[in-house]
Amino acid sequence: MSHAPSLNTWSDALAGFNLGWFPLGLVIVAAIPLVFIALYALTYGVYGERKISAFMQDRLGPMEVGPWGLLQTLADILKLLQKEDIVPTAADKFLFVIGPLVMFVGSFLAFVVLPFGPAFIGADLNVGLFYAIGIVALEVVGILASGWGSNNKWALYGAVRSVAQIVSYEIPASIALLCGAMMAGTLSMQQFCVAQSGPFGLLHWYLFSNPVAWLPFLIYFISSLAETNRAPFDIPEAESELVAGFFTEYTGMKFAMFFLAEYGSMFMVSGIISIVFLGGWASPLPNIGSFALNTMTSGPVWGTFWIIMKSFFFIFVQMWLRWTLPRLRVDQLMYLCWKVLTPFAFVAFVLTAVWEIYK
Amino acid sequence: MSEYFSNIKIGASTIATGMAITLKHFFNAVKRKGDAGIDDADYFKQVDGLCTLQYPREVVPTPTIGRYRLFNNIEDCIGCNQCDRACPVECITIETIKVTSDDLAACGKTSGGQQKRFWLPVFDIDVAKCMTCGICVSVCPTDCLVHSPVADFSEFDVRNMVYHYGNLSKIEADAKRKKLEEEKAAKEKAAAEAAARGEAPPRPAPKPKPAPGPAPEGAEAGE
Repeated sequence: MSHAPSLNTWSDALAGFNLGWFPLGLVIVAAIPLVFIALYALTYGVYGERKISAFMQDRLGPMEVGPWGLLQTLADILKLLQKEDIVPTAADKFLFVIGPLVMFVGSFLAFVVLPFGPAFIGADLNVGLFYAIGIVALEVVGILASGWGSNNKWALYGAVRSVAQIVSYEIPASIALLCGAMMAGTLSMQQFCVAQSGPFGLLHWYLFSNPVAWLPFLIYFISSLAETNRAPFDIPEAESELVAGFFTEYTGMKFAMFFLAEYGSMFMVSGIISIVFLGGWASPLPNIGSFALNTMTSGPVWGTFWIIMKSFFFIFVQMWLRWTLPRLRVDQLMYLCWKVLTPFAFVAFVLTAVWEIYK
Repeated sequence: MSEYFSNIKIGASTIATGMAITLKHFFNAVKRKGDAGIDDADYFKQVDGLCTLQYPREVVPTPTIGRYRLFNNIEDCIGCNQCDRACPVECITIETIKVTSDDLAACGKTSGGQQKRFWLPVFDIDVAKCMTCGICVSVCPTDCLVHSPVADFSEFDVRNMVYHYGNLSKIEADAKRKKLEEEKAAKEKAAAEAAARGEAPPRPAPKPKPAPGPAPEGAEAGE
């Protein structure tokens, strides 16, 4: 609990900053994750994924725009901005327009409880984890709205698949996270990190300090892939069979919004998994005798660095998996969820409970 | 039940194997794969790595015996028109002007020593149409029409795909045409005078007929 006194200092200071009647500080607090998502989706999300996928396939990836293709994403954005914003005549205009918005808002709202380091969090809710699980379900509404509103068979197929998938996978994901909540004895995202920080660095993380934590960790990781529609669970998008799934009919910035939402929720699930099982902003380095490596690498700035690095690592694993595994069939997807992950999640739940009682 | 667990085991182990393979390739991306072809002895000993060739900047050399873009060495072309007739896609356009007898020396000989009898104001090859079948090359009596090893000849304007090999400018061609007509007129006049005198046999008609005939034979003899 060494960090407890300095928790949320930055965001609290910002929240108290008003410009006359206008709560400028609160707007800045909300804008920071938004700017972060945009920047990260631009650099690591699009450019990084293209490069990583290329290297895994012995290709070079984007090389033409700028040195090593670094400006490729800017060129892509310029292209997307210039595209005509088409709303098909036969589409349900209201649903078609709010679909991407709801989806992006759904993925962005979860950032409220995601601590960017010990000193910054949107809102340190005492039900933070519960809120994060619940608010992500809003994405399903956006997917269904856009898929149904497109009035397109592929889009509808994609949307229905996506809804079936996300609703199913929320069960093992939630139970796995419940194991984490049992270990920490709290639902507050900041307290998760506080409970896992200590002088021995990564030995305090639940993944390494708890012998059963690897099971809920794996279950949540697999389920989070399905919840963000990432390969091998990308049947809602399924380029090779459904064109682009639920966003087949979208162009221009609405299309970009789906991308932003996908990268936003990728970061969000990676953030949740690193907070619940890998200590969040807690430094992995231990204090070795008088050489206080852990104390040196803790604090608001280091904490921000660690949580972003941990999340980026899991995003890398997501990309790595995407370019390794083929897509699951719909029945295999349901088999994996209901017959493998859900029973094992219950087993993990019981094992964690037993461990927490008798440890 | 045992099948259930063995399924999970197979799933986990195959995922681990696959991920190990992709990660190996990911870290190999700092290297370039060797350039050895399939017929090299050490083909399988090459380092793994990036195999992308950034085409306009890096090119696999085309074989020296490669047959790609058509090239006509107009100095050796006798204007026999055989390639034009042989071409299945009609990508060759030839226009010839017969050389007047006093111009034969100016027109010159092929490298095989054969007298050229036609001016070639137009010898166009539309390489966009050409399918590199090589029939024109095989019928060419002087071997002046060949497929060169130049493989990349893309253009922004399709009209630039027509290659002009003609060796006369428009003015020159008009002059040669005029000259030929004058000679023809003179010959006809002479023939008419001869006919008036009662001599029929020496006509210009049989003369152009053998002209294309002996040309290929001459070329073969020249080789």
